[in-house]
Amino acid sequence: MSAADRSTFKRRLDSLGVTVTEGPASECEDLVDEAAGDPAVGVALAEEGDDADDGSIALPDRVATDPTTAELRAAHTGVTDASLGVAEYGSVAIEADTAGTEPVSLFVDRHVVVLREGDLVPDMPDAFDWLGPKARDESVDVVFATGPSATADMGGLVHGAHGPKEVHVVLLRGDDAGADENADTTSDSEVTADE
Amino acid sequence: MSSDASKGERIRELMATEGDAVAENTRGFNQGRIESTGRLDDYEELKADAREIKEDAIARLPELIDEVRETVEANGGTVYVADDAADANRYITELTAEQRDADRLVKSKSMTSEEIEVNEALEAAGVEVVETDLGEWVLQVADEAPSHIVAPAIHKSREGIAELFAERFDPEDPPETAEELTMFARERLGELIEDADVGMTGANFIAADSGTMLLVTSEGNARKTVTATDTHIAVAGVEKIVPTVEEFAPFVELIGRSGTGQDVTSYISTLTPPVDSPVPDFRNDADPLADGSGDDRDFHLVLIDNGRMAMRDDEQLKETLYCIRCSACSNACGNFQSVGGHAFGGETYSGGIATGWEAGIEGLDTAAEFNDLCTGCSRCVPACPVEIDIPWINTVVRDRINRGEADPGQTDWMFEELVPDEEPGGLDLRTRLVGNYETLAKWGSRTAPVANRLADAGPVRAIAERVAGIDRRRDLPEFASESLVDWFDARGGPRVPVDSAEREAVLYPDTATNYVDVDRGKAAVRALEALDVHVRIPDLPGSGRPPLSQGMIATAESAAEDVYAGLATHVDAGRDVVVIEPSDLAMFRSEYEKFLPEASHERLAEASYDVMEYCFGLLENGGDPAALRAPAEGTGPVASGTRVAYHPHCQARTVGVGEHATAVMEALGYDVRVSDTECCGMAGSFGYKSDYYELSMDVGEPIREQFGDTDRTVVAAGTSCTEQIDALLGDAPMHPVELVAPRE
Repeated sequence: MSAADRSTFKRRLDSLGVTVTEGPASECEDLVDEAAGDPAVGVALAEEGDDADDGSIALPDRVATDPTTAELRAAHTGVTDASLGVAEYGSVAIEADTAGTEPVSLFVDRHVVVLREGDLVPDMPDAFDWLGPKARDESVDVVFATGPSATADMGGLVHGAHGPKEVHVVLLRGDDAGADENADTTSDSEVTADE
Repeated sequence: MSSDASKGERIRELMATEGDAVAENTRGFNQGRIESTGRLDDYEELKADAREIKEDAIARLPELIDEVRETVEANGGTVYVADDAADANRYITELTAEQRDADRLVKSKSMTSEEIEVNEALEAAGVEVVETDLGEWVLQVADEAPSHIVAPAIHKSREGIAELFAERFDPEDPPETAEELTMFARERLGELIEDADVGMTGANFIAADSGTMLLVTSEGNARKTVTATDTHIAVAGVEKIVPTVEEFAPFVELIGRSGTGQDVTSYISTLTPPVDSPVPDFRNDADPLADGSGDDRDFHLVLIDNGRMAMRDDEQLKETLYCIRCSACSNACGNFQSVGGHAFGGETYSGGIATGWEAGIEGLDTAAEFNDLCTGCSRCVPACPVEIDIPWINTVVRDRINRGEADPGQTDWMFEELVPDEEPGGLDLRTRLVGNYETLAKWGSRTAPVANRLADAGPVRAIAERVAGIDRRRDLPEFASESLVDWFDARGGPRVPVDSAEREAVLYPDTATNYVDVDRGKAAVRALEALDVHVRIPDLPGSGRPPLSQGMIATAESAAEDVYAGLATHVDAGRDVVVIEPSDLAMFRSEYEKFLPEASHERLAEASYDVMEYCFGLLENGGDPAALRAPAEGTGPVASGTRVAYHPHCQARTVGVGEHATAVMEALGYDVRVSDTECCGMAGSFGYKSDYYELSMDVGEPIREQFGDTDRTVVAAGTSCTEQIDALLGDAPMHPVELVAPRE
C-alpha cells in the first residue's frame, strides 16, 4: 500500500458515492458508531496479530454481533470487515465466511465495511494474485463489492436493487501512517459523496 | 430466404414499438464503453491477454473439464456435463423436484439457462421458478423474451413497466418512478427469495485450478440467490472454463467496460462452492444466523455442451466460444441500435455474435433468420474484448446458408451470364445479383445510356423490386460510359515521369470508381500527380467485396487471388497501391488474410494505402500542400468556404484510416467537423433491399440530425455512404480527394 493507492482508493469511492472515514485502529469503535444506523448487526472483526495487541479493533456495543436471522432481517446497518481493498476500482473484498459476513453485508440497507489500510492493493491483477492461492488452498468465497447495489432495469439508475443502498468504508490506518498523521489535527478527514 | 415480406414488416413494427428505447440505451452503453475503455492505459494489452487465455482454454477444454470435475468434487460439490438441453433439464429437474422436493427455485440472470429453457422444464415438474434479476423478472411477469443479452428489458420503458405492475399486482399505491418500481420489486422478490428452496445462477467464468466460479452482477440478486438457499445449481456452457483464478483478472477489467460502460460492476462474486456462509433460516428466525449451517450446503455445477464441443471442432465457428457475452457487439451495431434483439437475434442470443452461437447451438435455420442484419460494417471488431472477427463469422454462416438452403427451383439460368460466380447453382437470385456487382457494372458501363434509362424506368424498377428485392425508393447507381481505366489510357497514361517522381503508385480501379463515380478517380489522379507521384491505373479485377458481403466466400477468394496476381509485379517493383474505396482497402488489409497465403497478404496489406492516408503521408514527407487545393481557391461546390462536414467510412475507421482525410483537410486550412455516426447504415447493398430500406434510413438518421441543416460542404469516402447521405440530406457528398485535388 502506498499513499498514492490510498488517495486513488478514496477518489474512486467518492465517485461511487461511498463515504469514507479514516482513523487509527484505536478509533475504530467511534468511526463505526458514527457510520452505522439503527438497528445494526455485525460480524466481530477478525483479530490480526498486530492489531489485537492493543485490543483496539472493537465494534460499538449497539452493533449486535452474532445476530439471529430476525435481527439481521430487522437491521438497517450491517458491519463487517473486508479482506482486501482494490485501489484502482474502489472495491472491497467481502469474504463469505461461516461467521455470516456475506448475509450481514447483503441483507441490509447500509453496509459499513472496515478495511485495514495495509490490505489495500493497487489493481485488479494484484487482487487475483491474492485470491488464487486462497481459492485453491482454502476454497474461499469472496465478493468484490464496488459501491452500492445498483440497477438500471426500471427506467433509471437506482441504488439498492437487492443489496445495500449505501456503503460506508471505515479505513483503518496502519501504525506507521497513524503515527505520522496523528499529529495532524484533521486526521479524521472525511470524504463525502456529493449526494 | 424465408418469408421476406413478413421479415420487413416485423422490422418496421419493432422499430416503431421498441426502437426508441433500444436506441437510447444501446447508444448510451456504446458511448460508455468508449469512455470507460479509454480510461485504461493498457486496453489493447488486456484484450490481447484475454484473447490468449480464451484460445488456450478452448484448445485444452477436455482436459480443463476433467480438472474442474476434480476440483469441484474435492470442494464437496458435484459436476454434471450435459450433452444437450434435454439432458441438462433432466438432471436439474430430478435434483430439484424429486431429490430436494423443492416448491420454489430462485434464479439470477443466466443466458445459458435460457438457452436450455430450464424454467419451462422445472415448471412442468411443479417447481415455481422466480427470476430475481429485475429486468428478467419484468420479462417473466410480462411473458416476453429478452431483447439484449446483458440488459434484457431495454426495450421496455419505465411507463411500460409501471403499467405492467399496476395491472398484474394491483397495488394500493402503484409505483411509478424508477426508484419506486425498484423498491417494489426489491420487496416482492426479497420475500420470494427468503422462502426459496433452491438457488440457480449462471457463471461468467470458472477456474479449473480451484473450482472457483465468477459472477458479474450489479443488483445483488445473485448473492442473495446463493446465500439464502442451501442448494446451489450453477448452469454454464463448457466454454466458460479458464485454467486459473489469476486469469480472471483481465476479464474482470474488460467485461463491464465493454458491455455497459461500467469500469466494474457492483459485485464480482468469486465463489468456490459450496460456499461457507450460514444459511439464514427465515422460518425459524430466532436462532443465531451463524449456526454452522454452511456445512450443509449442496452445490451442483451443470456444464452444458449443447453443440459447443462440435463448434470447437469447427475451425470457423470455434472463435464464437471465446465470447464472454459482454454485449459490446450489440451496442456498437447500427442495425442493433435500431431494432434490438427481438429482430437481431435467434432463439436465445442476440447481436452480431449471436449468428455464431445460434448456428452452433440451434442450427443454420435459426441463424438465417437474422444473419442478414450483420452488414459487415465491422464497428464491433475493435469493441470486442476478445478480438473476435464477428463479421467473418457472419460471412461464414451466410456462405453456409447460401450453400445449404439453395432452392434448385430458382430461375437464375436467365441471368447466368450476369452472375459468373463460383457458387453452387440455385443460390438466391438477389444474393447473386449483388455478389456479381462487378459484372453488372461492367455491362452497365458498356451500355450506359440504355442501361441507365432502363434502370430508371418504372416497370423495370417494379420488376427489380419483385424479383431482386431492390427497393424502388433508392436511386440506382448511374453507370459512366467511359471507365476510369479507359479515360486514363486515352489521356496517355501517367503525366509525372518515373525519373522525376517522388514515388510510384498503382491507383486501384475499384468497381465503383471505375464504372460509376469516375470523377473521384480522376481527382485522385490529379491529387497524386500534383504531389509528384507516377501513377498507373492497370485494368484490375474487383476486390471481391460485393460477393463477400453476400457470403459468397469462394467467389471472394477467387477475386482475391486475381487481384493479387494483378498487383504482385507492381508490389515487387516497389510501387504503392492506392485505394479510393475504403471497403476495398479493408479487403486488402483485413479479409484477404483469410484468402491469400500469409506472405502475400502481408505484402499487399503493407503496400496498400487509402488515398487520403497516402496524401497525408506525402505531405508529412515533404510534399507541398500548396500543390493541393486550399479552401480559398474553391469555387462551385466548395464556394461556401472552408467549412467541411466529413463522414468517415465504417470499415475505414476499423482499419485505422478514418482520420487521415481530416488531417489532410485541416492541413490545407479546412475547418472539419467529423460525423459521430460510426456507420451510415447503407452498407453496400443492404440499404437497397426492400426489407431493410426503412431500417437502413433509421441507422443513418443520426447523420441527418448532425448534418441535416449544415451549410458545410459534406464529404464522404465510401460509395455507399455517398448514396446514403444523398438520400438523407438530399445532396450527394463528394469524396475528400475531390475536395483537395487541384482543379482540372
